[in-house]
Amino acid sequence: MKEIILIKNGELVLKGLNKSTFESMLIKTIRRRLRDLGKVSVKSAQSTIYIEPVDDEFDFEEAISRVSKIFGIAAFSRCAALNKDMDEILSVVADYVRPALQGVKTFKVIAKRSDKAFPLKSPEIAAQVGGAILSAMPYLRVDVKNPDIIVSVEIRDYAAYIHAGQLHGAGGLPVGSSGKATILISGGIDSPVAAYTMAKRGLTLNAVHFASPPYTGPLAEKKVKTLLQKVAQYSGDIRLAIVPFTEIQEAIADNCKEEYFTLIMRRMMMRIAESLAIASGSKALITGESLGQVASQTLPAIGVTDIVTRELPVLRPLIGMDKEEIIVISRKIDTFETSVLPYEDCCTVFTPRHPRTRPTIEECAEAESAFDFAPLIEKAISETVYSRITRDGEVI
Amino acid sequence: MNKTVYLDNSATTKPCFEAVEAINNCLTENWYNPSSGYSGGINALGVIEDARRVVSSFIGCRDDEVFFTGSGTEANNLALFGAARARKKQGSKIVSTTIEHPSVLKTLEQLEQEGFEVVLLSPDKNGRISEESLYNAIDSKTILVSIMLVNNEIGSIQPVDSASRIIKEKNAPALLHCDAVQAFGKLPIKVSALGVDLLSASGHKIHASKGIGFLYKSSKVNIRPIIYGGGQEGNLRSGTESVPLIAGLSAAIKAMPNVEKQLIVQKQLYDKIKAMLLNTERVIINSPEDALPYILNISVDGYKSEPMLNALAAKSIFVSKGSACAKGHRSYVLSEIGLNNDRIDSAVRISLSRHNTLEEAQLLCEAIVEITNKMRRFKK
Repeated sequence: MKEIILIKNGELVLKGLNKSTFESMLIKTIRRRLRDLGKVSVKSAQSTIYIEPVDDEFDFEEAISRVSKIFGIAAFSRCAALNKDMDEILSVVADYVRPALQGVKTFKVIAKRSDKAFPLKSPEIAAQVGGAILSAMPYLRVDVKNPDIIVSVEIRDYAAYIHAGQLHGAGGLPVGSSGKATILISGGIDSPVAAYTMAKRGLTLNAVHFASPPYTGPLAEKKVKTLLQKVAQYSGDIRLAIVPFTEIQEAIADNCKEEYFTLIMRRMMMRIAESLAIASGSKALITGESLGQVASQTLPAIGVTDIVTRELPVLRPLIGMDKEEIIVISRKIDTFETSVLPYEDCCTVFTPRHPRTRPTIEECAEAESAFDFAPLIEKAISETVYSRITRDGEVI
Repeated sequence: MNKTVYLDNSATTKPCFEAVEAINNCLTENWYNPSSGYSGGINALGVIEDARRVVSSFIGCRDDEVFFTGSGTEANNLALFGAARARKKQGSKIVSTTIEHPSVLKTLEQLEQEGFEVVLLSPDKNGRISEESLYNAIDSKTILVSIMLVNNEIGSIQPVDSASRIIKEKNAPALLHCDAVQAFGKLPIKVSALGVDLLSASGHKIHASKGIGFLYKSSKVNIRPIIYGGGQEGNLRSGTESVPLIAGLSAAIKAMPNVEKQLIVQKQLYDKIKAMLLNTERVIINSPEDALPYILNISVDGYKSEPMLNALAAKSIFVSKGSACAKGHRSYVLSEIGLNNDRIDSAVRISLSRHNTLEEAQLLCEAIVEITNKMRRFKK
C-alpha cells in the first residue's frame, strides 16, 4: 500500500504576504529537504501540497520526520493512497488507522468527495467506512459531536486518501520568507536555541563563531559545528564563519581596564559579526542573550554592546526567557546534550575576576579608547575561515 | 610541524613494531578460527596458547589462570561481577577505594543496586589507602576487596599485598582483586607476592593494541562469567578469541626490557623531569613523592587545564587533563587527596613510556613557560 503526505492549505501558516510565493517557497524547501531520500513528487493541487514517493526505495519514515521540521507547516497528514474503489478502501481502512486509534475511545469518519463521478455520496462513504472500523474494533464508539479522533476519507481526482489524525508540524514561516540573519554562536545552551527560534520566523541563517586558538581547541569547534548541524535540520544549510579572536582578546587584556574586559570583548564581537553579516547579505544579528542571566547580560551591559552596531538590528529572541524555558527548547531540538559538553570557548578561557555589571556607555568607550583595535579587527576578518554546515555535517 | 612529544602514555601507547608485526601476521596468515580442527585452526590456537604462556610466566601464574578479554575495563567488570555473584552466599560486603578507575566504580554502583554493600575507602593526601583503614573495613562479611595497584591520575601505589595479609588475618571470605592496568609492565608483578586472586591488565598501555586485556584468576577460586556463548577462555569469556590482538599483546610483552631494570632507569628520568618541572615557574607537583615513575600529575598555578592542553597541543606536545576517561568532570581523585578546586582545574597529567627522553621533558617545560608568559594576563 502506498503512503503519501498531504499538507492542506488550511494547515499552512499563512500571513499577509503573497500566498503563491509563500507556497512555492515551501515546496522548494520540501523538495530540497527530501531530495536525498529517493525519488519523490512534490506538487500542489486542489489547495493541497502532495508529497508522493515515486519509487519504492523512498524512505517514508524519515520523510515524515523531516517534514515535521519544516517551518511554515502547522500540521500535516500521513495518508494511505488507494484506488478509487470502495472495496479496496473498506478492506484496508481498519488496519491502516488501527495504530492511530490505539488508546482512543470514540471516533468519527468524515468523507469528502471532490470527484463527483464516484458512485457513492459522502455520507454513504462515511457510513460504510465507519462500519468497517467498528467491526474490526468493536470496543470503539462513534461520536459525531466530540470524537477523540477523526478518520478522513477523501475521494479526489487522482486517488482516494485515508488518514486518521494530524501530525504536528514545526509551525513558523517558511525558511527564507523573512530574509537572512547572522547568529553569534558560542557553544552554550542559548545560542542554538536563539538560532532555531529565529529560523522558525522564516530566516535563513549564517553563523559567526569566535575562537581563541591555541587556547580553544578542535573539540570546541567541532561542538559548534555539531550544534549547527542540529539546527540545520530545521533551518536548512548554515554558512559558518570562524573568527580567530585571540589577538583582540590579548590586546584588550593588555590595554584596557580588567573590569571592562568582557564588555569590550563583546563590543568587538558585535562589530566583527556585523561586518561579516553585512558582507553576506544578512539583515540582522541574532544573539542568545537572556536578560540578567550573567554579568554581561544585564540591561546596562546589553546597552553598551548594542550601541556598537551601525546598521543591523540585533534580535534577541530569548531575552525574556528563563533558563528552564530555554532548556526545554534545547532538548526539543536535541542540542542540549551537545551544549553541555564542557569545552572551554573563547569566553571562558579569558574571564575577568570582577566584571562590571552596571557599566555606562561612556566608561566603556573610554576604556576601549586606550588602544586602536581597527587593524586587529580587519586582520581577524581577513583570517576568518568559512564552511557550510548541512544537516549531514560540514561541507568545506 | 614540530616534532611530536607524546606524554600521554597512561591514556594509550604507540603499538610497538613487534606487536604490529604479530597482529599483521594473524590477520594475513594465522587468521583461522582457533576452535577449528584443521591445521589453520590448530595453528591459531597455538598462537593463543603461546601468548598465554608469555603472560603467565610474566606474572608468575599457571597458564590456565590467564583469561583474555576485550579490554582492561572488561577484565574489571568480569572480576567484580563474577566474584560478587559467585560469593553471594558468603556475605554481601565489598571493600574498595574512592580513587578506583570508573570501570571499577561504575561496576560497584551496579553491584550496589544488586544488593551488595559497597564500602569505599578514601586515600590520604599522598593518594594512598592506609593499612589501618583496610584493617578496619575488612570483616567476616567481606566477600570481595578491589584495590588498584597504581592510580591512573596521580600514580600513587596502593598496599595491595597488605590487603591480602589483612584478609587472611581477619579470616574474611573475601577474594582480592587488583586493577593493575597502569602498573602492568611498569612495576614487577608476581601474583603470589601480591597475594591476589584476581588481577586485570590491558594491552594498549604497554605498546600492544587496543581491544585486548586479560584477567588473571587463581585456579583456587571460581567466578561467574558475564558473557555467555561458545565457552571459549575456559567458559569465562565466550566469543571467538581475538587471535591477532592476543598475539600482539604477547609480542609487546616479549619486546619489553626487564621490568626491574627499566624501573630504575625510569626513576632516574622521572626524578630529573620532576626537578625540571619544579624549577618551572608556577608548576606544582600533585603526584606523591613515591608515585610510579611513569605518572606525574602537576598543576600550573592559575592556568586552566584545557586552554593549557590546547596550547601545548598546538605545539605538538600531548598531555592530558587528569585522566582521559574522566573527560569533562572535575577529577574525583585529586579532590579525594584534598586539593582545592583551583588546583584541580589547572591539573595536567604527564604520563611517560620507556621511549620518552629528557629532551622531550625540556620541550614541555619550555612550552609551559612560554604559554604561561603569554597567558599570564588571562589568569582565571
